[in-house]
Amino acid sequence: MSRAALLVLADGRFPAGGHAHSGGAEAAVKAGRIRTAADLAEFCRGRLHTAGLTAAALAAAAAAGLDPLLLDEAADARTPSPALRATARKLGRQMMRAARATWPSAELDALAAARPRGAHQPVVLGLAARAASLGPEDAAHCVAYEAVSGPATAVVRLLGLDPFDATGVLARLAPELDAVARRAAVAAAEAVVEGAAVLPAASAPLLDVMAEAHAAWPVRLFAS
Amino acid sequence: MGGLTLGARGVRATARIVATPEGLPVLEGEGPLALRRTRARGPYHRVTVVGAMSAPLGGDRIAVEAEVRDGARLHVDSAAATIALPGRDGERAHYDVRLTVGADAELRWLPEQLISAAGSDLAMRTRIDLAPGARLVYREEQVLGRHGEQPGTLATRLTVYRAGRPLLDQELAYGPGASGGWDGAAVLGGHRAAGQLLVVGPEFTDRPAEPRMLGDNAVLTPLAGPALLVTAVAPDARLLRHVLDDALRSHLTTR
Amino acid sequence: MHLDHSHDGPAPVSADAHRPDGRRRALRVGLGGPVGSGKTATVAALCRALRDQLSIAVVTNDIYTREDAAFLLRNAVLPPERIQAVETGACPHTAIRDDISANLEAVEDLEDTVGPLDLILVESGGDNLTATFSKGLVDAQIFVIDVAGGDDIPRKGGPGVTTADLLVVNKTDLAPYVGSDLARMAGDAKEQRGELPVVFQSLRSDEGVARVAGWVREQLAAWAA
Repeated sequence: MSRAALLVLADGRFPAGGHAHSGGAEAAVKAGRIRTAADLAEFCRGRLHTAGLTAAALAAAAAAGLDPLLLDEAADARTPSPALRATARKLGRQMMRAARATWPSAELDALAAARPRGAHQPVVLGLAARAASLGPEDAAHCVAYEAVSGPATAVVRLLGLDPFDATGVLARLAPELDAVARRAAVAAAEAVVEGAAVLPAASAPLLDVMAEAHAAWPVRLFAS
Repeated sequence: MGGLTLGARGVRATARIVATPEGLPVLEGEGPLALRRTRARGPYHRVTVVGAMSAPLGGDRIAVEAEVRDGARLHVDSAAATIALPGRDGERAHYDVRLTVGADAELRWLPEQLISAAGSDLAMRTRIDLAPGARLVYREEQVLGRHGEQPGTLATRLTVYRAGRPLLDQELAYGPGASGGWDGAAVLGGHRAAGQLLVVGPEFTDRPAEPRMLGDNAVLTPLAGPALLVTAVAPDARLLRHVLDDALRSHLTTR
Repeated sequence: MHLDHSHDGPAPVSADAHRPDGRRRALRVGLGGPVGSGKTATVAALCRALRDQLSIAVVTNDIYTREDAAFLLRNAVLPPERIQAVETGACPHTAIRDDISANLEAVEDLEDTVGPLDLILVESGGDNLTATFSKGLVDAQIFVIDVAGGDDIPRKGGPGVTTADLLVVNKTDLAPYVGSDLARMAGDAKEQRGELPVVFQSLRSDEGVARVAGWVREQLAAWAA
């Protein structure tokens, strides 16, 4: 693996659309559930171990070479909220564009042809990692980090939260991020043998509920 | 059939139901899971699970299997809430539910709540296999702690396949043994009851349900396949049931 | 079975001049500029001026999602299917310059659903004087400022004022009321921009958006050539 390639893919400035999404944080802020850095930490921790783990494992499995269309189907089954499915596919399409321009690969082309409106973003990211000669755990690290860095950045903009506090939240989550990435990679290795069904399906009721509420707002700062 | 085993590590027991259009050729309770044939509801055979013990205790491995064969209709409920309690050595209990619904068959699986008592540790796994034309109404409710009590550790996984393809796969984990953040703003936000109502049927193939908020803390969503799911959290079991009942009623009357 | 996606050809990877089917895509013109300078009003006027001769669509990038799109819809300058809003996560300049993926998706979707198109106007969210469009997203860009924002804006320069293919100084009818010196603005703009064109306009005058519309027609002729 190239550690530098991992930095390129994990960079918040990688042009794949993530900047317009809050990962559910905008809805949680409006509901009064995130007011402080401590609330943000608990939000990020919960998202990391639920939606983050599930997405990280899908990415790791794609990077490990599982059929991306089967993983896309597995992602649908793990995403009951149509707003979140639409977001995942929209971001997947944007990730696909950036990845094909950055690390051209026949596997990315094939998935783009099969899912022109976008496959689930973690699946595309996993394939992009593969195209960049990164491993399953690298892909899982990227997705796990995204699961918390998106909300943290958004809350800085939404609440005017001290950016040093927000970055501190992310830094203190590092051991858990590593653990989630490792767990995702182990599950992906199992899935290579036993199929996508053994991948984690950890979910978070409030993320699903609030995603639909947020999608119906007439005025909002973030797309999700 | 395995027979009730009381090993050093707790109860091993499996209850089995088979429904056909004509009747219930298999109705076998075991150990803590007694099954009663109760008064039919319209065209539905009806079975009530009677909790003969306050199972599952830590270390127990109990299972319920129901098979609704082609063309049959089965309604399953329970007489009381299931309470997960701690065992003597802090071991985890396992509760497996395996449901199969055949072509033109329907299962209504509407048990009472699962209550996770302080100090308990339960892993519950539900696997549902649906034939292409099968119908399902499935409810599950998790209540964290008895009244005023700290929650135990509860991990559930609900996996639903339709025509051999994954339709829904969801894991929930709450309580002191769960990963961090379970009570934060992303997962429960301080709520102590969470529940789901899943409705699967061929009618959703052409007419998927419209997403709809059910108050502030519950939502009805169409799945990617022909099904709708209500996801709800609430401060307590009563308020949770209220939301799920409303959704269930409106679904059953509009169909 | 799955309701969320349909199957058609793959999307192009970058801001290629041709569509996947080989046809030349629409000309994309960006409109940027500070909040309240009249970007949306200019877009609306351009649509009215050009829609009878050209097949047009609009992409808006709002600070708050959909506000500008809603304005265009209310004023019925184009059928709703020709207007798409891109959501920018409180950073409109990011969506038109640093990470253009959502905007590229929007312009391609418009070509797919209401094409073939001659012209797509991409309106940025109101932003500061440094906000410019990526060349990966638009073929030409218009920077819209107004006389009421201060007559020193052309002198201050910045990438928008200095490099935009067309600088529009809007709301000239307000100049007497806000004490703006149009001659000074024109001189400063000339200093900053050299030969690049500047249009002073009032959408309330009889001439309205005509000169900007003429400039767009010239760009289109060059693009189609």
